[in-house]
Amino acid sequence: MNIVTRFLLELQEMSLLAAGAARGLFKKPRYVPETIEQMDSVGVGSLTIIILTGFFTGGVLTLQTYQTLASYGAVDQLGYLVSISLVRELGPVLTALMVTGRVVSAISAELGSMVVSEQIDAMRALGTDPVRKLVAPRLIALVITLPLLTLIADVMGIAGGWVVSIFLYGLPSSMFLNSVRDGITTDDIIGGIVKPLVFAFLMGTIACHKGLKTEGGTVGVGRSTTTAVVTASIIVIIADFFLAKALQVILGTQ
Amino acid sequence: MMTQNSIDRLNTPGLDNRVSDQAAESTFREVDDSDRAIPAIEFRDVTIEYDGRNVLNSLSFKVMKGETKIILGGSGCGKSTTIKLVLGLIKPDSGQVLVNGEDITNYSETEMMRVRRKIGMIFQEGALFDSLSVYENVAFKLHEQGVPEEEVEAEVRRMLRFVNLEDAIDKLPAELSGGMRRRVGIARALVGDPKIVMFDEPTAGLDPPTARTICELAMKLRDLEDVSSIFVTHEMNNLDYLCSEYAVVNEAGEVVFEIEGEKLCLINSKVLMMRDGQVIFSGTDETLRKADDRYIQKFLRGH
Repeated sequence: MNIVTRFLLELQEMSLLAAGAARGLFKKPRYVPETIEQMDSVGVGSLTIIILTGFFTGGVLTLQTYQTLASYGAVDQLGYLVSISLVRELGPVLTALMVTGRVVSAISAELGSMVVSEQIDAMRALGTDPVRKLVAPRLIALVITLPLLTLIADVMGIAGGWVVSIFLYGLPSSMFLNSVRDGITTDDIIGGIVKPLVFAFLMGTIACHKGLKTEGGTVGVGRSTTTAVVTASIIVIIADFFLAKALQVILGTQ
Repeated sequence: MMTQNSIDRLNTPGLDNRVSDQAAESTFREVDDSDRAIPAIEFRDVTIEYDGRNVLNSLSFKVMKGETKIILGGSGCGKSTTIKLVLGLIKPDSGQVLVNGEDITNYSETEMMRVRRKIGMIFQEGALFDSLSVYENVAFKLHEQGVPEEEVEAEVRRMLRFVNLEDAIDKLPAELSGGMRRRVGIARALVGDPKIVMFDEPTAGLDPPTARTICELAMKLRDLEDVSSIFVTHEMNNLDYLCSEYAVVNEAGEVVFEIEGEKLCLINSKVLMMRDGQVIFSGTDETLRKADDRYIQKFLRGH
């Protein structure tokens, strides 16, 4: 199989997996407890790393841009610059990448070892569809929690920038906060929520697909986990570009 | 009288008396044999190719109702593949697989779910869900079907008693020994009393007494519960047990195992020997031992 057919085959398999998971949502049993459990481990479990990532990203952004803005005499725009970078790009992308490292790897390793130890076969043998029992709850949990995590990262980032501007550069608190308030538009926030929705869907599908396709024992679990994390990270960054462009066109903010 | 009875029960080696009560009834029940002529499992010219090699090559056989088919063969000869085909976990490249006369070859995953609920499958290493406790593992099927919790608990306890593991009910699979895991796997597979049961090398890597216990469970299913099964193995002592002993219920209502010996009795076990995805022998264990094929003799004697 050459690389093009393999790519198309993978794409087809992932689409079928996602479609299967989506179809399962409208049938009983609904697996609500499983979904809540996943939301807890994906969302609440990622809170610490997201808070830290957001806070320090906002901080370093302020650190790096202050000098440049000062040389143009535009320090009053600091909050605007930090917040717009965070809400539009850094928040969604960094959150997605952090969650990829933590959650995508966990999902594909978990499903992979279930495949290797025949637990997936056992589940099917017991008359339960693993796509509905395992894939759907994970996908939904990601789609719901990733936008929320992104929001938290954005807020923490702005807080980080604010702290640096006050304590390192001695700017008045109101200057930073006012430029944040004046800078961010509704469109920025919509874009900042739409992106993680799409990222979560892609990340979840890749993680589950790679996990369920695991072959070749424990070595295979390692391999599929690595592939899942690498693929998901790259797809997030590529999708980010096209989403940014699409959102510009749709929201008319070119 | 009561004391005498309870002493008898204490003397039985780890066997469950509840099953035997039911079995005692079933022994004398009128048997409706109108559909017994339909094989429980039938393979017709099943072929599977993988990487240009035939894993199964035009495999055909039947498992009749109530029969235990012992599939012998070296590693990688397609034994496990055969079992997975019955459950539709994999699909054949050509040929047909029939379960109770129903052609399942082209069934979709949804249709297959209905068939699978009637079949019990025991996996090589147990394949227990390691995030769930023993109780949740055995109850899995019932929980999925939304059965009320009291019924679930009663059934789980009955099944765990059948495999003599009621004490382990709250443990996690990681805390169990290999043999216990295998027995929990059996209990899980037998929930809902399936009439067809697949054993995928259930005794591999177990010590002889534990292996014996598992063979006894298979014999109880065959002789007392009228279960049709495929028993995949490469261990000769399994063959000896399953082909020379049978389970009966004695006067005290307990399950005992009797040796066939020189008695004329029909133990419902047949042997199928596979090599490179093909059947090289099919028949009873007596004829297997007399077969003059060199591979078979080498397999039986180990040299």
